[in-house]
Amino acid sequence: MTTIAIMAGKEIQEGLRNRWVLATTLLMAGLALALTFLGSAPTGSVGVRALDVVIVSLSSLTIFLLPLIALLISHDAIVGEMERGTMLLLLSYPVARWQVVLGKFFGHLAILAFATLLGYGAAAVALLATGAAIDAASWIAFAAMIASSVALGAVFIALGYLVSALAGNRGTAAGVCIGIWLALVLIYDMALLGLLVVDQGRVISGAALDTLLLLNPTDVYRLVNLAGFANVSAFSGMAGLAGGAALGPTTLVAALALWTVLPLGLASLSFSRREL
Amino acid sequence: MKHAIALSGVTKRFGAVEAVRDVSFALSPGAVALVGHNGAGKTTMMKMMLGLIRPTQGTVSVLGENPAAGQFQARRRLGYLPENVSFNAALTGRETLAFYARLKGEPVRQSLDLLDKVGLGAAASRRVGTYSKGMRQRLGLAQALIGQPAVLLLDEPTTGLDPALRLSFYEIVRELAAGGATVLLSSHALSELEERAERVIIMDRGRMVADGSLDELRRIARLPVRLRMRTADGQPAAAGLGPGRPAGDGAFEYEVQPERKMETLGSLLCGGCPPADLDVIPPSLDELYAHFLRERQSAA
Repeated sequence: MTTIAIMAGKEIQEGLRNRWVLATTLLMAGLALALTFLGSAPTGSVGVRALDVVIVSLSSLTIFLLPLIALLISHDAIVGEMERGTMLLLLSYPVARWQVVLGKFFGHLAILAFATLLGYGAAAVALLATGAAIDAASWIAFAAMIASSVALGAVFIALGYLVSALAGNRGTAAGVCIGIWLALVLIYDMALLGLLVVDQGRVISGAALDTLLLLNPTDVYRLVNLAGFANVSAFSGMAGLAGGAALGPTTLVAALALWTVLPLGLASLSFSRREL
Repeated sequence: MKHAIALSGVTKRFGAVEAVRDVSFALSPGAVALVGHNGAGKTTMMKMMLGLIRPTQGTVSVLGENPAAGQFQARRRLGYLPENVSFNAALTGRETLAFYARLKGEPVRQSLDLLDKVGLGAAASRRVGTYSKGMRQRLGLAQALIGQPAVLLLDEPTTGLDPALRLSFYEIVRELAAGGATVLLSSHALSELEERAERVIIMDRGRMVADGSLDELRRIARLPVRLRMRTADGQPAAAGLGPGRPAGDGAFEYEVQPERKMETLGSLLCGGCPPADLDVIPPSLDELYAHFLRERQSAA
């Protein structure tokens, strides 16, 4: 346990030192504030929108941005340290390889959670400062949005480690991670949408659609935030889908947890078998 | 537990390449030199001792544990300095050493004294990224020494060290070995290891070609001893020694078989015309190394 904490501590220390934490936090805060204040510009008015609308905008932003940031910091974690030669020395210490993976994971997750909390929190604070009235239900939805964003980050950190543990060099790891990002964030939904349009509800049942949505962590995240809370789903245009889906919050959270634990376990396993 | 490190019948293949072939030895406390050309299998053997790679055949045991099976508690009492040591450039020397001390469960404050010991005290709060090659090597040495290790694996430890630090490095090794640690050193700089290793293991293309103390290796190799001598009149010495080779400064060099050394010296010193100056030069580790490799090649 202490070993994992020591590893995580070093990861955070390095993140602070090479400005990863700063850059990520500023990026998240900047985009969150921009969405909060300018998000309604296309409708003709520039101003602060209610928190529910902010949640919809921010969770759409998260789906693109957080996986990218998570993969950016994680794809290098194992193969990069091997290439730079620092892994050789680390593994001569009394540390098991799964401890290395878990320690890095908690360190990177802490960085990501910090940036998300501060960046998105800034948006909420800005909203409060302008005197907007926000009810308790919206606050709960907002907190759930931040928590699930961190969980989505955890999924992609774990996926990045798996790639990093399997890849022969950093270039390959980076390429594969970009592929994963494109596939899960962009292509999967488009393909799914196309499939549903072509199918017209003949073959794909509601249960099959649920399964297909669970197979992509970004869709799970979308369901948690855009369909999970009544007042939010009214804005997101997902109310129809939410009404039809039989996926409760427990299932969705379990799906995100599984999407984290499984790649993380596989990453530890393949790293343990690796010779260097 | 009798031996700190024991290898028995160890073979390591990387695809078609046999990096280490059927090597067996056991190391007891003391300084041991692992000698061989590039690619002789020195680094591969150290990695097997650390459990970084697994032997294809045979078993490795380090402080009573089998590193290939993922056992790693013994590494608490082990120090390793890789050939090209590298650290995260963003952290300072002190932060880096503190991290490694914590990983080993050693008191941080005490471990930081090692920075002074390797001459990095003044640079401790600078980032490792600003360090020169020699300074990184010193930091590597400092981390290997954390917690008074019982086993030290040092892969080419003196590359990049200046002569003064080289001396203090060997002094540290001598202290540790005298304190009961097993120190395995690999190096190309054979002349450096000569009087510092109690035992020498010579590797050639993955095979162990010789193993023993320097004196034992000299006995086995039966290489001639060189006598460098200057006579009072600057002429080559008396008969019985052959023509001799001019060695500069009026001196001549003669080769004598080791078993005839004392006899020859006796007749020289007690003869009618004793030399003005006389040096007896036993075969160096370089010569022994070359001899054992030649012998292997002619046998093959």
